[in-house]
Amino acid sequence: MAIDIRTLDTFPKLLAHHAQVRGRLPAIREKHLGVWQTWDWARLAAEVRALASGLASQGLKRGDHLAIVGDNRPRLYAAMCAAQCLGAIPVPLYQDAVAAEMAFPIQNADIGFAVAEDQEQVDKLLEILPQCPMLKRIYYDDPRGLRNYAQDALMSYENLQEAGRAFEAQNPGAFDAEVAACKGDDPAAMFFTSGTTGHPKGVVLTNTALIDRAQAAATMEGLGDSDVVLAYLPPAWIGQNIFSYAQPFVTGYCICCPESGETVINDMREIGPTYYFAPPRVLEALLTTVSIRMEDAGALKRSMYAYFMDVARRVGARILDGKPVGAADRLLYAIGDVLVYGPLRNVLGMSRVRVAYTAGEAIGPDLFVFYRSIGINLKQLYGSTETSVFVCIQPNGQVKSDTVGPAVPGVELMFTPQRELLIRSPGLFKEYYKNPEATAEAKDADGWFHTGDAGYFDADGHVKIIDRVKDVGRLSDATLFAPKYIENKLKFFPYVKEAVAFGDGRDRVCVFINYDMEAVGNWAEKRNLPYAGYTDLASRPEVYELIRECVEKVNADLAQDPELTHSQIYRFLVLHKELDADDGELTRTRKVRRGHIAEKYQPLIDALYGGQKTIHVEAQVKYEDGRTGMISADVAISDAKTFSVADGRKAA
Amino acid sequence: MSGPGTPGDVLLEVEGVSLSFGGVTAINDISFDVREHEVRAIIGPNGAGKSSMLNVINGVYHPQQGRIRFAGETFTDMDPHRAAKMGISRTFQNIALFKGMSVLDNMMAGRNLRMTSGIFAQALRLGGAEREEIRHREAVERIIDFLEIQAHRKTPVGRLPYGLQKRVDLGRALAMEPRLLLLDEPMAGMNLEEKQDMCRFILDVNDEFGTTIVLIEHDMGVVMDISDRVVVLDYGRKIGDGVPDQVRSSQAVIDAYLGVSH
Repeated sequence: MAIDIRTLDTFPKLLAHHAQVRGRLPAIREKHLGVWQTWDWARLAAEVRALASGLASQGLKRGDHLAIVGDNRPRLYAAMCAAQCLGAIPVPLYQDAVAAEMAFPIQNADIGFAVAEDQEQVDKLLEILPQCPMLKRIYYDDPRGLRNYAQDALMSYENLQEAGRAFEAQNPGAFDAEVAACKGDDPAAMFFTSGTTGHPKGVVLTNTALIDRAQAAATMEGLGDSDVVLAYLPPAWIGQNIFSYAQPFVTGYCICCPESGETVINDMREIGPTYYFAPPRVLEALLTTVSIRMEDAGALKRSMYAYFMDVARRVGARILDGKPVGAADRLLYAIGDVLVYGPLRNVLGMSRVRVAYTAGEAIGPDLFVFYRSIGINLKQLYGSTETSVFVCIQPNGQVKSDTVGPAVPGVELMFTPQRELLIRSPGLFKEYYKNPEATAEAKDADGWFHTGDAGYFDADGHVKIIDRVKDVGRLSDATLFAPKYIENKLKFFPYVKEAVAFGDGRDRVCVFINYDMEAVGNWAEKRNLPYAGYTDLASRPEVYELIRECVEKVNADLAQDPELTHSQIYRFLVLHKELDADDGELTRTRKVRRGHIAEKYQPLIDALYGGQKTIHVEAQVKYEDGRTGMISADVAISDAKTFSVADGRKAA
Repeated sequence: MSGPGTPGDVLLEVEGVSLSFGGVTAINDISFDVREHEVRAIIGPNGAGKSSMLNVINGVYHPQQGRIRFAGETFTDMDPHRAAKMGISRTFQNIALFKGMSVLDNMMAGRNLRMTSGIFAQALRLGGAEREEIRHREAVERIIDFLEIQAHRKTPVGRLPYGLQKRVDLGRALAMEPRLLLLDEPMAGMNLEEKQDMCRFILDVNDEFGTTIVLIEHDMGVVMDISDRVVVLDYGRKIGDGVPDQVRSSQAVIDAYLGVSH
């Protein structure tokens, strides 16, 4: 049942609507003292009302900002809505940020009021009070440890609500008047994006933008008030907020807050969400847990698992997509479902999942296919804070591991000649707060948002994102060169830890490889291959053979894509040392610093392109205690087989 | 200044206690007191008589001389059962938990003394027994929440890492809702991070529940940070007693810990 978002154009109005239409249905659950406690929509509305009146009595006004610091907690979500009821703008901040990182948003948005989850968050806010004199009031949810705090700025959530009820008794009708005065194009929330360079930027999103996108995706997936979501990622991230605030407010579904960060997997099993979102790293961690537990299982279970996972890999994803599959395979899959896939979904807490999304970074095809093959409808989506998330979603039955799907209804997409993706959508952000230059740079006069992501449409009209625009180059024959795309493809192999691709302005692509010490070390031990350490193993012909297989698989894959077939890897070498942030080769978040590496290893690049077979290198390394040392080694260079487009089809 | 809580009246008074095993004197004429809401430490080198002192307080050992006053009552010898009934609870240096039972069951066992319904009522889940169980479960859940072990509620204790087992042992002792909590080397064998966590929990217990705490420890640094007052024992004698700063600068204590050159 779709709601009319022209009349219900703000979150407070949506809340009132649900309280009236489905007042007794669950809105938000939290596990407390081992028991799931439920607020229905009517209770949530009552909580918000008392809270909003309390904030009004404390002086929070239309256009002010309210900081919300903490994990997923019902009372913090209530605080978000309470601010919106008054026309104030909630600003969720990352709960794991250190105190100093919280100072900038508070100063930037001139925040006078904050709602904090517990003592830890209160301590951080109190710590930055001297730099943030504008912060006058701090309200806290969990009073533990705060009893002896005497600061005037502090007030408990209960006392705030109490003040609200008294205020409402004196000013009847004030709350309803404030809610009625809110308009769709008022700002609904502000999210700070983690700026990799300089200060973070506050992204201002209006009620209309968030509600429109939440509605578009909900309609596409048929979400309704019987759906259930587990809210376990930071609420200050739009990727969590859209699923645990905007979408439930539009569709009336229920969100569940886990007991603690460590209990997520148990809570997930108990709740059985129907709608699920996880970035690739979370999916990867879950799969690792499963694999480790399987290795500890008995021989019978292990062989059963191996056999049926093989069946699943072959036909599972096709069955999920509704494509034709032979009767014998269908039968095998059905048996596997009873014996393996069903129990596995249950262990993962995904028995009831109808729709699952992943986004945020490129996902490895093996990882992606694993979930789909056991019958979990995992799909990719594309979006960012500036677009209220939903830009592209893979529709059911059209799921691929290397695209993010076509545009969600309402979104216009365009690629510049430099291949940058431009977006026009009702979900676009209003502005970067107090930063008109950045806003003008990101959003042009015609309303196109410049994403900074490079990509193109594939043959089916799906968007394929390959790299950041600033990193995309050209080979000397002017065809596309997307280093990150190639590197990611290599890194999806467990044996490859890091890869650095070169090719901008050159006639062909060559790469440096760092193998994964743990994976290749294990592999070597199983084959009784003795080795002394990283450098020793790196020079072994067996390892080169192993890596070459990976490189050639990537080439076969690239050959299939007419845009990228020229980017196949001609030559590669295995680096004699691991790339390290201490040596300036990686950033602290483990991103490859391509320019610096190119400079540092110029002789190696010359050798790659000069056709040499080996080259002698000496490199300085920094040890953790600050001393430096030298490594010298002979690095071999290997050729890799490349494929024509037709070969690629065959090989794949 | 003087650490957490606000120490009040004297809760426990040890007066001239001596204890010997055959010819060996473990404790020699020791007197000290513990005030309500206080964190009181007993420190000393190995073999100083710390654990013996703790065992005297909760009635495992019976001293040959001296007397103990707890909450206004005087008795020359206490037995562990009576000590528990009066609100004295303790943790053990080498963890006393049922390894095969879950965290939850271990902590429920800690409330055993507070349960009133009989075995048949409990087995048949009669109304009263069930209501009682729910009440006890709630109390235990509060402690689980307090010690942040929600993720391990159903895990058998034997499968938990050592630091967590220590935390569960503390939880089991807390489940009794003690007036006086005796901690026998709560930080022994822990790494730095586990020690810091344990310190925080001890201070929080003291602060939140107002529990009086007596702890034995030989890690001087930890003790000085979290105790209100410290008793120092050496070879069964008391060689120091006072606030941490006093004790730290006492020559007798320095000699006992670092040895004296002769």
